[in-house]
Amino acid sequence: MTGTLTQAPAAELTPDALLDAYRTMRTIRDFEERVHEEFATGDIPGFVHLYAGEEASATGVCSHLDLRDAIASTHRGHGHCIAKGVDVMGMMAEIFGKLTGSCRGKGGSMHIADLSKGMLGANGIVGGGPPLICGRALASKLKGDGGVAVAFFGDGASNQGTTLESLNLASIWNLPAIFVAENNGYAEATSSTWSVATDDIADRAAAFGMPGVIVDGFDFFAVHEAAGEAVARAREGGGPTLIEVKFTRYFGHFEGDQQLYRADEVRNARENLDCLKVFRARVTGSGQLTDDQLDQVDQEVATAIAASVVAAKAAPKPGADDLLTDVYVSYQ
Amino acid sequence: MARSITYREAINEAIAQEMARDERVIVMGEDNAGGAGSPGEDDAWGGVLGVTKGLYGKFPGRVLDTPISESAFVGAAVGAATGGLRPVVELMFIDFLGVCFDQIFNQAAKFRYMFGGKAVTPVVVRTMWGAGLRAAAQHSQSLLSVVTHIPGLKVVAPSNPYDAKGLLIQAIRDDDPVIFAEHKMLYDVSGDVPEESYAIPFGEANIVREGSNGHADVTIVAIGRMVNTALEAADELASSGIQVEIIDPRTTSPLDTDTILESVENTGRLVVVDESNPRCSLATDIAALAAQEVFGSLRAPIQQVTGPHTPVPFADSLEDLFIPDTTRVAAAVKTVVDHVG
Repeated sequence: MTGTLTQAPAAELTPDALLDAYRTMRTIRDFEERVHEEFATGDIPGFVHLYAGEEASATGVCSHLDLRDAIASTHRGHGHCIAKGVDVMGMMAEIFGKLTGSCRGKGGSMHIADLSKGMLGANGIVGGGPPLICGRALASKLKGDGGVAVAFFGDGASNQGTTLESLNLASIWNLPAIFVAENNGYAEATSSTWSVATDDIADRAAAFGMPGVIVDGFDFFAVHEAAGEAVARAREGGGPTLIEVKFTRYFGHFEGDQQLYRADEVRNARENLDCLKVFRARVTGSGQLTDDQLDQVDQEVATAIAASVVAAKAAPKPGADDLLTDVYVSYQ
Repeated sequence: MARSITYREAINEAIAQEMARDERVIVMGEDNAGGAGSPGEDDAWGGVLGVTKGLYGKFPGRVLDTPISESAFVGAAVGAATGGLRPVVELMFIDFLGVCFDQIFNQAAKFRYMFGGKAVTPVVVRTMWGAGLRAAAQHSQSLLSVVTHIPGLKVVAPSNPYDAKGLLIQAIRDDDPVIFAEHKMLYDVSGDVPEESYAIPFGEANIVREGSNGHADVTIVAIGRMVNTALEAADELASSGIQVEIIDPRTTSPLDTDTILESVENTGRLVVVDESNPRCSLATDIAALAAQEVFGSLRAPIQQVTGPHTPVPFADSLEDLFIPDTTRVAAAVKTVVDHVG
């Protein structure tokens, strides 16, 4: 049942929806490029994994979701957060470890979450999200609220038992769950062409009795169409889908990664495949949007990201009073 | 009105009453109904030892059989808890923590803190623990110290049917993740249990035996099945004039430190009885607590009665040596009483 989508139609998207999608992708790109710069200054503590280059995946999938729906993310989670509507000001402050952060500075880059937006968290454990998504999908199914749940995970997590168990569970329980395998070619420094036994991750869908589809991850429209079919099927009780999104990440596994394991594939991707460039060419070529409209979004996003960094740097750090709070709802 | 029922029946009754009270409560686990996809009865097992028997028919659609995929279904229970349900998930044996621990200690336990206080994860993981059923090394462990160690988890270990019902009702109503550890050797033990619903608060130890006329020579803190072992030892010791006060913490996280320390301050002597392995255990934890907080009251070195630093053996001759018995408990009590400081 594995198929490949290319050159998906953009016709069903309104100009406003296209602008929203572009704004989301541009916000993710600017956010990540700026975090990359700020990390280099030494102001950002800890581990940071950037999503730049992969924007079309989170955006194409989440453009079908609303507040009934939940997503689980990965250590490379900033893009999923932004696409699911998490506030950028809080995210940036969180990455800087500030009290005004999404998680009051207690989570950091790998644990940004906003449950009020259905964002169940970036996750420091590879393969941590798929079981949780089975549960969210089960909750929606039992409550009958029409919600779907989406697990984003990487090619590395596609080899984790949690992921494979969850594909099986979602299938036998016929859950409104969608599994998005973001194959950026590398699990840390290890190539997915070596670590994944099948030619494609999507091939594994057949083993769990669900549709599997491969999409060009640089093409928002391809992701959008594949996700649209999967979300519609899930909402109608048709069960789970595995979508493999193929692309490359623009930065290393983590900030500081010298990337000696890979060739100069990023330059080609940035120049010729980049999702923002592809999107712009597509929608201006079709006359659906103008360059001026997109340029204006670029300006607005740049202003917002710059403001988020200024605010994050100025915000207070959590203090001793915060160390012991929020371990439990109650604990006597 | 109270009547005598078993520990197993008390647990079943607690779940049934909470499922009737709150439609968000669901049950899932391996063979919790026991007939999914099979040609025979839908509720064939009700869990491997029949604890959830009958719930499937009473609550259609809310008792889910699972494949043997503990990571996926324990994680699904955690995820469902973040989605507005109150799952009671069965991890058949606590030993199986090894195949699903990430979802418990890296996910459920940490959400609230890691997400800045915004997550609520009301999941109960029911699990069977303890030695005595000749179930050997992978089905007999007492890993309560492992889960007690984790901030964000609450850990409950009822020692009798009354506590089992009240503590499980509290666990289901609780908004934090709870590990509810059922001792496999207690399932057939009977005791008086009220028919009506009641909740026992966490963090409140039960003084199951007081001394005589307000006086006790020794404090015993005992966990789970060891409460009964301690009670038997106390009867023997009383006949030789030694009065023992026995404290059952009931929950190891939160731990009622006040009740333990107050008793040790009164008696000046402490014996901790825990069938688990001895290193980094509940016994060492409680002993260290008393040593640090009430050192000046102690009249003898604290004694720990535990299993040895070995896996649980299979042969009955060996398993009986592994599990603390009344003789060892009584000997430890005599050691602290006879100590000359």
